[in-house]
Amino acid sequence: MPEQPPETRGGNFKEVNLGLEAHAAQAEAQRCLTCASGACTHGCPVGVKVREFVDLVLAGEYLAAAKKIREDNVLPAITGRVCPQEDQCEGACVMGRKAAPLAIGYLERFVADWEREHGQVGLPTIPPPTGKKIAIVGSGPAALSCAGDLVQRGHAVTVFEALHEIGGVLIYGIPEFRLPKDIVREEVENLAKMGVKFETNVVVGKTVTLDALMQEEGYHAVFVATGAGLPQFMNIPGENLNGVYSANEFLTRVNLLRAYDAGFDQPVFDCRGKDVVVVGGGNVAMDAVRTALRLGAKNARLVYRRSEEEMPARKEEVHHAKDEGVQFMMLTNPTAFLGDEKGWLQKVRCVRMELGEADASGRRSPKPVPGSEFEVEAAMAIVAVGTTANPLVQQTTPDLRTRKGGYIEAEPETLRTSKRGVFAGGDIVTGAATVILAMGAGRKAAAGIDAYLQSGAW
Amino acid sequence: MFPIVQAQFLAPDVKRFVIEAPRIAKAYRAGQFVILRVYDKGERVPLTISEADAAAGTIAIIVQGVGKTTKLLNTLEAGQSILDVVGPLGRPSEIKSYGTVVVIGGGVGTAIAYPTAVAMKKAGNRVVTILGARTKGLLILEEQLRSTSDELFVMTDDGSYGEKGLVTRKLAELVDGGAAIGLVLAIGPIPMMRAVAEATRPRTIHTMVSLNPIMVDGTGMCGGCRVMAGGKSQFACVDGPEFDAHEVDFGLLMQRNAMYREREKQELAEFEAQQQHATMCAEIGGACKVENQQR
Repeated sequence: MPEQPPETRGGNFKEVNLGLEAHAAQAEAQRCLTCASGACTHGCPVGVKVREFVDLVLAGEYLAAAKKIREDNVLPAITGRVCPQEDQCEGACVMGRKAAPLAIGYLERFVADWEREHGQVGLPTIPPPTGKKIAIVGSGPAALSCAGDLVQRGHAVTVFEALHEIGGVLIYGIPEFRLPKDIVREEVENLAKMGVKFETNVVVGKTVTLDALMQEEGYHAVFVATGAGLPQFMNIPGENLNGVYSANEFLTRVNLLRAYDAGFDQPVFDCRGKDVVVVGGGNVAMDAVRTALRLGAKNARLVYRRSEEEMPARKEEVHHAKDEGVQFMMLTNPTAFLGDEKGWLQKVRCVRMELGEADASGRRSPKPVPGSEFEVEAAMAIVAVGTTANPLVQQTTPDLRTRKGGYIEAEPETLRTSKRGVFAGGDIVTGAATVILAMGAGRKAAAGIDAYLQSGAW
Repeated sequence: MFPIVQAQFLAPDVKRFVIEAPRIAKAYRAGQFVILRVYDKGERVPLTISEADAAAGTIAIIVQGVGKTTKLLNTLEAGQSILDVVGPLGRPSEIKSYGTVVVIGGGVGTAIAYPTAVAMKKAGNRVVTILGARTKGLLILEEQLRSTSDELFVMTDDGSYGEKGLVTRKLAELVDGGAAIGLVLAIGPIPMMRAVAEATRPRTIHTMVSLNPIMVDGTGMCGGCRVMAGGKSQFACVDGPEFDAHEVDFGLLMQRNAMYREREKQELAEFEAQQQHATMCAEIGGACKVENQQR
């Protein structure tokens, strides 16, 4: 995949990956062994018919290929960019045993972009209305995928979003250089053309309760897909100093409210010429540190308590971050944030770590090395050590059963909750995961909701 | 879009808006706030709801023009709209029978205290209100609060109205006079709230304050509004905005509220220069060549 050169892209917010040209896509499609295993489709959480769409690419029928993907995946231009294909379709590809697997993600992105650029999006036909109304709470990937499937079954769908823009984590979380916001807006527009209604500025649980949606506004079913958006902090000294942010706040200011653009009013910490430390090893940490670099940080450092091998971030993102000049400080953990007398962050005190026995997650657990404390200069620190369940729906819906951490309990196959007519899926059920797993949950919920609406049995 | 039904100035730079927002009006309880965005490049700012009319589907907010966003908001008139209004956010005030409730409103904090004073009165409390302002002209909602209070005192810094002095002096008089007070609710500038907290602490009078840290989403998602209360980090948007005054770290709140002060000053100066230019252009009747970026 052609990329913007690191020395250029470190200074802008434009997309890093540039996409394949048609001839390169053709050449890649030819590599498909057209095996009968179907492993790629099974490896995909939404079951995209990979072989069929790749055949259409080979035939030069790019619009038909895109339409084929849309049968199972309503957001192909997005998943083609942010899916961890190495763990899914490409990870399952038979060729991968001996050579590079087929670059399915790049091909998906190619056909989705072709479709966008040629303005002939192959939207599915919508059957006559069933007369059933469904409310979807949240507008991230689980919500959008569920909405797409439900309107294709003839149901009336309204999506409620708390923020002022539709897309959830696709808008506020993932940066422009990895997922251009225009693409998200186009995909949302496509869903609107298919009949999905969107209402922004509605915090379900505060603005309106689940019960009011069902009893007063006549919704026959509700899908709760509110995500795991609550930031975790480390509870170490100095965490409330000026200049210490959650990754959520930093990324929301930059992505949703475009703090990087001087034409917008939302301020963000001025990183120019300063030292920035990001704590964490996942995709969010990677997004934050690469964003800080683009905002002009002199040193953008990633502090992670395990080693690079254990980092949950996608390999491609790690590789991009390194190329751009992010400094990796592995086996290092912050123990305190140190500030000046006016409360501004100046340094992060860290301790070196070593890996011990494997823990419950199967990864070797890090332990501090006694006497190894040291300090790193930092005018800004961003904490990206994970998120937990959004509690607002649960707080005002007492009969919605939750498990430890406030996540909603849902039956694994149907995604039914303890409350009649209410389904839940995505990060609010599983804890923080990926865009495509959330989309898979959205599809499953759509099937579950459709079955419930047809049978009426709970 | 949220249409503005009414807009009028209550005092210099302090404007009251009635906005169509049926869902918010219906769900609202005293003590809650909204977050709004004036235009598509604007920031999100939190503002407390001062009244709501569920039947009419409207809410009222009172805005003090201090920065770019609030000054821009205050240029709007009835018939225009606000781009985004979301709420009601935060936990409502705990309304119950306390006996006597002393409500202290400092400056535009009075607008935040007003709905809770009304709700406390309705719940059968004896409501004693102390209003503080720099000078007479900055006093707001005096009539409304007078009609909902059993007693009302006005304190001005310059003595231009009511008594000269700080709200804490009046509070001390009440406390020293042996009044049995079930709750003090103090809302206003941070130094005022801190002074009230110190005044009631020795007598262990239950005291609540409503905090105004910097916020982004208002739903607990960013943690920008974290305050130290009761020795732990809490989010004012979902755990507050009201906290026990004796547990709040006011110094930290002031420190964090200063985080963007330089940028705020700069934005405001640019905005005011633009406004001034637009006014001059209008006066000479010329077609303005400066692109109006605000709306």
